[in-house]
Amino acid sequence: MHIPDGFIDVQTSAIFAGLAAAGVATALKGARTQLDEKTAPLAGLTAVFIFAVQMLNFPVAAGTSGHLLGGALAAVLVGPWAATLALAVVLIMQGFLFADGGLTAIGLNVFNMGVIGVWAGYGIFLVLRKILPKNKSSISLAAAIGGLLSVPAAAVGFTIQYAMGATATFSVSTVLGAMVGTHVLIGIGEAFITGLTVSAVLASRSDLVYGWKNNVQKLEIRSAN
Amino acid sequence: MLLVLGLGCLRVNRKRIEIRVEQENHHHGHDVGERLYLHRHSLVHSLPSHLKIIAAIAFILIVVSTPITQWGAFIAYFLWLLMVVFIAKIPFPLLFKRALIEIPFIFFAILMPFFGTGEKIQVGPFDLYREGLIAGSGIVAKGTLGVMTAIILSTSTTAREILRGLERLRLPVLMVQIASFMLRYVNVVNDEMERMKVARESRGFEATGVKHWKVLATAAGALFIRSYERGERVHLSMLSRGYEGVLPHEEQIEHKATVWLKAMMYPIVAATIFIAQLLIGKM
Repeated sequence: MHIPDGFIDVQTSAIFAGLAAAGVATALKGARTQLDEKTAPLAGLTAVFIFAVQMLNFPVAAGTSGHLLGGALAAVLVGPWAATLALAVVLIMQGFLFADGGLTAIGLNVFNMGVIGVWAGYGIFLVLRKILPKNKSSISLAAAIGGLLSVPAAAVGFTIQYAMGATATFSVSTVLGAMVGTHVLIGIGEAFITGLTVSAVLASRSDLVYGWKNNVQKLEIRSAN
Repeated sequence: MLLVLGLGCLRVNRKRIEIRVEQENHHHGHDVGERLYLHRHSLVHSLPSHLKIIAAIAFILIVVSTPITQWGAFIAYFLWLLMVVFIAKIPFPLLFKRALIEIPFIFFAILMPFFGTGEKIQVGPFDLYREGLIAGSGIVAKGTLGVMTAIILSTSTTAREILRGLERLRLPVLMVQIASFMLRYVNVVNDEMERMKVARESRGFEATGVKHWKVLATAAGALFIRSYERGERVHLSMLSRGYEGVLPHEEQIEHKATVWLKAMMYPIVAATIFIAQLLIGKM
């Protein structure tokens, strides 16, 4: 998913760098009102968490394995603002330190994974949280479905960039089909891992889960007879 | 279908490469950024980081704007890049090893000449589409130049210096702080994850398939809780040391024009090649 230099032309890269910058600026504003001076340490440690968890291998079959992308997971755990900031920082650092994703393509990558990935996942999570019954297992389920759809949503973002400024010769419909197809498969893995991870955190420190916070159940008082 | 397979491999390959890079450069007690940095005394190492970042991005922009049909220009770009690698005293095997991170997109590019439309040409035993071949080789050439430029930057500049450079280039302060927290704690959290792995394995756990995902996800959840709690502890200790939302700055030195010129030689030579190819193309 990390686009290299020269894959998308300069004009399109510039447009999406602007869009990604706007997304990050909005997230900076949102995080400031929400987290205040806590933003830097918490978003920083979330960035570390995402970076580390991407190295955790989930075996699939026959020696292959995949790893988490983490957009929807981060949004459910720490809120969409901090999640966008954390993913943007992870992507910038991966570009500058590991040469993973081109330096002139950072805007494209941040837009797909940090803006679309996070917000598509979180939007779906919010809708499902409203529909589903108010308990912990539906929070995990909503997070899982958010994770499932956040990955192909990011792939659609890539396809839009491809359509606007690709230097490659595959037709846009072929790319759309292939990207969305494979990323739905990847998304299924993402869904399971996101859902399981959220339920693991809910089980021990449910107060840390941003998506659960407003859902604290009232203390139930029953008579003892 | 092949395209689907190629992209399906993408994640697998990226993973392997990351791990390989990690194992080969693993020193205990160094953080991720320092592990990538290679300490040498060279002109490239001595230049200020924000100028190097500008130079790297300008170089890549020039390369990306060159049409791939001007293959002579790309040979010149590569030669110039290799010369800078030599000046920076970066060993060539290291350069190529780290460039392997690019492989997933090379798959994409290699498939292109086989699936396309239009005019076909014979290359060895294969019937290839001309347009696909040109576009594919463009992606490989430009991508490789970009990746290698980024490698020169991260090998000749410490992670902390890159961050300071980005700060001088007006990356928002909060982003810089988030990134510096990331750099500071990435090793701690990685070690934490490693300890959890050792603990799992010493209890006889071996992850072989999907049925083990619940265990791994529980580990990821525990890792999140530990990271978050560490974030809280760090935040409290920062507050008790007088943190008010911004980290103190050290004074910024202005650099002389000669330093600028030295740093900008990297894109200037590329620009010269670019102009030369334009002129030759016209003739």
